Amino acid sequence: MLGADFFVFLQTRNETINTMLGLDAVGRYALLMKRTFSRPDNWKMFWRQLPREIIKLGYDSIFLILIISVFMGVIMTMQVVLNTENPLLPRYTTGLMLRDTYLLEFSSTIMCLLLAGKVGSNIASEIGSMRVSEQIDALEIMGVNSANYLILPKIVGLVLFMPVLVTLCVAIGLLGGVGVARFTDMITMDDFVYGLQYAFIPFYFTYSMIKSIFFGFVIASVSAYYGYYAYGGALEVGRASTNAVVNSSIIMLLADIVLTQLMLN
Amino acid sequence: MIEVRNLNKSFETKQVLFDISATFMHGHVNQIIGQSGSGKTVLMKSVIGLFRAESGEVLYDGRNLSAMSEKEVKNLRREVGMLFQGSALFDSMSVLGNVMFPLEMFADMTKAEMERRAIFCLERVDLKPTAFSLSPSEISGGMQKRVAIARAIALNPKYLFCDEPNSGLDPVTSLVIDKLIQDITHEFNITTIVNTHDMNSIMETGENIILIDKGHVGWTGSKDTIFTAKNEALEHFVFASELYKQVKEVMTR
Repeated sequence: MLGADFFVFLQTRNETINTMLGLDAVGRYALLMKRTFSRPDNWKMFWRQLPREIIKLGYDSIFLILIISVFMGVIMTMQVVLNTENPLLPRYTTGLMLRDTYLLEFSSTIMCLLLAGKVGSNIASEIGSMRVSEQIDALEIMGVNSANYLILPKIVGLVLFMPVLVTLCVAIGLLGGVGVARFTDMITMDDFVYGLQYAFIPFYFTYSMIKSIFFGFVIASVSAYYGYYAYGGALEVGRASTNAVVNSSIIMLLADIVLTQLMLN
Repeated sequence: MIEVRNLNKSFETKQVLFDISATFMHGHVNQIIGQSGSGKTVLMKSVIGLFRAESGEVLYDGRNLSAMSEKEVKNLRREVGMLFQGSALFDSMSVLGNVMFPLEMFADMTKAEMERRAIFCLERVDLKPTAFSLSPSEISGGMQKRVAIARAIALNPKYLFCDEPNSGLDPVTSLVIDKLIQDITHEFNITTIVNTHDMNSIMETGENIILIDKGHVGWTGSKDTIFTAKNEALEHFVFASELYKQVKEVMTR
């Protein structure tokens, strides 16, 4: 009897340590991904779901990305011109800074943080609502791999559409800067365009694409994880949605450090 | 037929089911009854395999659920239909889409055949064609239950599970749903297990009843013997209402 109690004590203590370190969450996430990346029960259903997810998660985010990119392009150009009044700095610095900022960080990291808010909460609340209303149980009872059916098209859809969003973000942001040069007398068009073209490193674009694909995966999978394991009612779905946004943002920022170190150092 | 042998289930340190043994008859409406929190839903979910029991066996026509591989469980699930308490219809699909879903997923049929089968199932549960294109949120609770039954029988299941099918329904609609479940069970020769605490439902369709009392099997019988049985747990559950006390008095006079 003492042996059984001691075993329960050890088990409880280990579970507490695992919970504190977040190891149980990592384990559950890994198991969920294993189920997600298994062979679909029906490929036809997967191909039918995929374009729907691309439209819902990617295409429907274009407007938000365009608005933010163009305004940030305009504001960043104005800030650089107004705050770098140094005769030692060449006049093309504004275009150069805007281009590299957009390519290296804004288009991938900042835009993905914004998308974590919009797309991440959407994924977590959709899957979470299905969980609490027993729709996921209904899929399981039918013999459908619910993780694969619900999550895989979202991950694939977002990862596929991310490069499009990043390219749009860079293009529209730089167009914002061009607008400042065209419609104000803060900087000449020649200086700005020269800065955009000066010392261009094509790998920066590849770097941005790789990061965005990775971040797309993080947003979709982490948000799906929080939705899939939601339980209870509407309050828990809201909590899952918040956790999805917060945790996918933190993971992306940590991953940004690692990816930057790996690819640019 | 589904047999449960010596089933035990706990959640962390709390044991919910104690050594449950029961037989659910083929072609009959088998009911699991009991008070809220007695372990009915845990028993049903353990029988289906949504919960894994610590010990004991669940045999589906002799096939042991706990000894099955993941693939075998998946194949078995295609022989199972389930009606959930809240219907659990897919919000993103129409009524027809919901019933066609299991067919699209697993049936080797053309689209026209699937549509014909889905319409047959919807008409079998007395739904009018005008409702087929509506979304689940646009139809009443009773209609949602009917759609859920139609979806559950779409793949011709051998086993049908119903978790509190009358929950949230008025007495008249409840009776209609009970009758529908009974008719479908007899018509398609299904092993049906209904989880309920609704006395009307028990008296209408209880062909084989198992009372769960604090995680134990408290009593087994049928609607014909429920009023005459001498069992403390049963009396506590059934005769909690004055009406049924009076009915018993009349019947035993």
